[in-house]
Amino acid sequence: MLGRMIRTSPFHKRTSALNETGLWEHWSNALAATRYQMSEKFEYFAIRNAAGLFDSSPLYKYRIAGPEAERFLAGVLIRDIRQCEPGHAQYTAWCDDRGFVVEDGVVLRLTSDEFLLTAAEPNLAYFDGLIGRLDVTIEDVSDAWGVLAVQGPRSRDILATLTAVVTDLPYFGLARTTIAQVPILVSRTGFTGDLGFELWVPANAALKVWDAVWAASRGQGVIPFGLTALYMARIEAGLVLLDVDFHSSRFAWTDADRTTPIELGLGWMVRGIETDDREFIGRDAIRRELAGRTSRWKLSGLVVDWREYDRIYDEAGLIPPKDHTPVQDEYYIYDDDLNQLGYATSQMYSPMLQRHIALARVPLDRAAPGSRVKLEMAVNHRYEYFDAYVARMPLFNPERRTA
Amino acid sequence: MPKDKKAEESKTAAADRKGTRRQRDSKTDRTYDAIVIGGGHNGLTNGAYLAKAGLRTLVLERRHLVGGAAITEELRPGFWFTTFSYALSLLRPDIVQDLDLVKHGFMPILMPTTFCPMEDGDYLLMGQDHAENQQAIARHSRHDADAYDAFNHDVNKVLQAIKPLLDQAPPDIWSDDPEELIALANLGSRFKRLDKKVLHDAVRLLTGSAADFLDDYFESDILKGYLASTSIIGTKVGPYSQGSGLVLLYHILGEHDGEFGAWSFHKGGNGGFTQVLARAAQAFGVDIRLESPVDHVITRNGRATGVALTDGTEFQAPIVVSALDPRRTFLELVEPRELPTDLVDTIERFRFQGTSAKVNFALDAPPRYPALGDRTDQYRGFTNIGPSMEYLERAYDDAKYGWYSKRPYLDCAVQSMVDPDMAPPGKAVMSCFVQYAPYHLRGSDWDSEKEGLGDTVQATLESFFPGFGDLVLQREIRTPLDIERTVGLSEGNIFAGEFLAPQMWFFRPAPGYSQYATPIDGYYQCGSGTHPGGCVMGAPGKLAAQRILKDRSKGATRH
Repeated sequence: MLGRMIRTSPFHKRTSALNETGLWEHWSNALAATRYQMSEKFEYFAIRNAAGLFDSSPLYKYRIAGPEAERFLAGVLIRDIRQCEPGHAQYTAWCDDRGFVVEDGVVLRLTSDEFLLTAAEPNLAYFDGLIGRLDVTIEDVSDAWGVLAVQGPRSRDILATLTAVVTDLPYFGLARTTIAQVPILVSRTGFTGDLGFELWVPANAALKVWDAVWAASRGQGVIPFGLTALYMARIEAGLVLLDVDFHSSRFAWTDADRTTPIELGLGWMVRGIETDDREFIGRDAIRRELAGRTSRWKLSGLVVDWREYDRIYDEAGLIPPKDHTPVQDEYYIYDDDLNQLGYATSQMYSPMLQRHIALARVPLDRAAPGSRVKLEMAVNHRYEYFDAYVARMPLFNPERRTA
Repeated sequence: MPKDKKAEESKTAAADRKGTRRQRDSKTDRTYDAIVIGGGHNGLTNGAYLAKAGLRTLVLERRHLVGGAAITEELRPGFWFTTFSYALSLLRPDIVQDLDLVKHGFMPILMPTTFCPMEDGDYLLMGQDHAENQQAIARHSRHDADAYDAFNHDVNKVLQAIKPLLDQAPPDIWSDDPEELIALANLGSRFKRLDKKVLHDAVRLLTGSAADFLDDYFESDILKGYLASTSIIGTKVGPYSQGSGLVLLYHILGEHDGEFGAWSFHKGGNGGFTQVLARAAQAFGVDIRLESPVDHVITRNGRATGVALTDGTEFQAPIVVSALDPRRTFLELVEPRELPTDLVDTIERFRFQGTSAKVNFALDAPPRYPALGDRTDQYRGFTNIGPSMEYLERAYDDAKYGWYSKRPYLDCAVQSMVDPDMAPPGKAVMSCFVQYAPYHLRGSDWDSEKEGLGDTVQATLESFFPGFGDLVLQREIRTPLDIERTVGLSEGNIFAGEFLAPQMWFFRPAPGYSQYATPIDGYYQCGSGTHPGGCVMGAPGKLAAQRILKDRSKGATRH
């Protein structure tokens, strides 16, 4: 025995039985379904029109506890954790002292001095190194929890048949409850930009919760969805992804691969920073960036001009493709004289918006909605320049998400 | 969504009531820049484009809801039926963009499968994965696996060549107008540039039979049955008839998100779509007036000046647009005496002869197909009961001699599998398009034969899905006569006139009158009886609006 088995999620027994494609990706060295059936687009429509189930278990999870846990997080995370009362969650990020983003994640405040923080990559050494003399413990509890995301317009009604707490749970609310007699946490969070919840389940009882959710959702168009459908939903929702739309400043070689929260469109996290007396890592640099207007670009939503898109393909003798497959790669953007302005980091054809869309780093003077740029894409093995304009983020933002 | 839909419908009605009240307030409020007769998808599209261009536009709808043949109705609590039209494909993408439909709820949902049961209990199941489809076909014929790719490649080339014709008015080949001659020259040069094989394939499809074309590629009956099914929809031809190729070509000219021949299910059905269209039209300022049947178009000295409702109410406008079919547009809304004799003759000869029906079911659960056990995911798209070209042709044989098919072709869709809001949890609605059901029955009539048709359809389904009858909670039968009575489509023809070469393009609806104008100044046509024809395409409505606006800017239509 070499002991080199890939890890699996606490839900794997169920997800592996449902994955008809045999396609898996490695996420945090655990198996995560690319898609469960031959059409990831149908999985995407389940998210947007019914509800989809997504296994988020491979996320790293840290339990941060102790009398000074709040003080610790207030000094480490860029969003003010003191504004997050027990029974609430926050989408947040942490920066280095130069004001560059290290990573982002969701923090759940379980009690006044106990928190659960998610991250896409290991961060234990980073946080440990910042504790100093504070009375705080940080523990990697990644394997102790399974996380089941239930996302889509029907998610609330379906979960309400299992636990009443979801009915009035506000956006980013958090509650303790039980499903199938298993004590769990439920948060009104997710990575799809839709109405949705995440169930935080003890790993050893994960299957009981899955089975209860599965049974409650039969006959209602609810199916599991894989990473491809997740990426489609998150691009539409303007939710940034590590190593796609940004990189950790810890491991970047140059500042070209670093980004500030302002540049990444997360400026709202530090609203009031000019007058706030809270000290946190990166604060001074972010203040200087805001005061000096030194942001290099802003992550913006782009919408491709459909008429020009069709015309360019028609003239090339091709049928204009409307491919929903998320392309999480760099595509350059230009001004009319073909001087490079920036670059797109994610793009796709959005079936909901009926347009080709992208998330792109554009200079500040082009970041206002309606600003025009040209997006470079290859057609018939040569570059063409497609008219696109900046649109307000998130590009897809249904009322039900927060209602 | 059904709840929303209801709310939206009542909103439409409320907006309408508001409009009505305002109209009662003063006589001048009955005056518009343009009046569209008929609130089907083409009437709404036309009205929306006119209003977007700044015209004060009124759409008059006879019934209590807009949508024409594209409506969704809750005929049983929690069960929503797409009473007539049931899927989207040919809708022109530029209409979605021009009219901001996404903002108003446009949502075409992918139908990822096509399920083709066979009479011996086997099946062909097509999905979204190319390699899987090749395997699915290879199970029936290894030869046909790559022949299917060749077929698609050849046909897509034809579609690419023909598609632009859907988005422009037909040429007027009899006109000496320099603009027309230029358009004709452009058209000619485009065809001249076409690859020889593509042009030849196009002509074979446009004039020949689907069977001849398909036999060139395939040996598998089930694959040919599946593909040939689109060659007969809504038209009184069999797959072996000359002319079925045109119907096949037409039905794969549509797209879903850029994929030719793919269909989608709009959120809430095609009625959900026409509600979106109505909201968009209202956002551009269109007044929609429900329960307002038009009696006739008012004309004075050879020009249209308004319309009169059956209750005598009159509305004035220098532009009147009929979204109704050619028979109603030329022979009922105006006096044939006002029209040239050759036009009247052509319209009287115009072939409708509706040949299809709908039977919709509310089901206790999705049906089971024995070979697939308890699986139901094969119903996420169309279920095609047309297992061979011979099956389809024999169904046609019955119609040739004036009767409905003993074993009809059925295009079924368990729509609640795609949009769960169409039925209560676990239950299902199933829409079945039925062919052949000829409008004219020999020695009987549809009021007598309606239940017989329903029984025939149900027995056919029972033969493929044993136990189907036990699932039926409710059955809704819509014969061609019902279609005519309810929607107003003459002889129940779903395309507002058959798809036959002499009734297409610059012959639709009549030679010399294919560019949306009529001999009556200010009176226009925008229904599916004009180019490019039926299906929920919107192109006639859009192209007619372009024509009207062009005439208006030229001052051809004075105020």
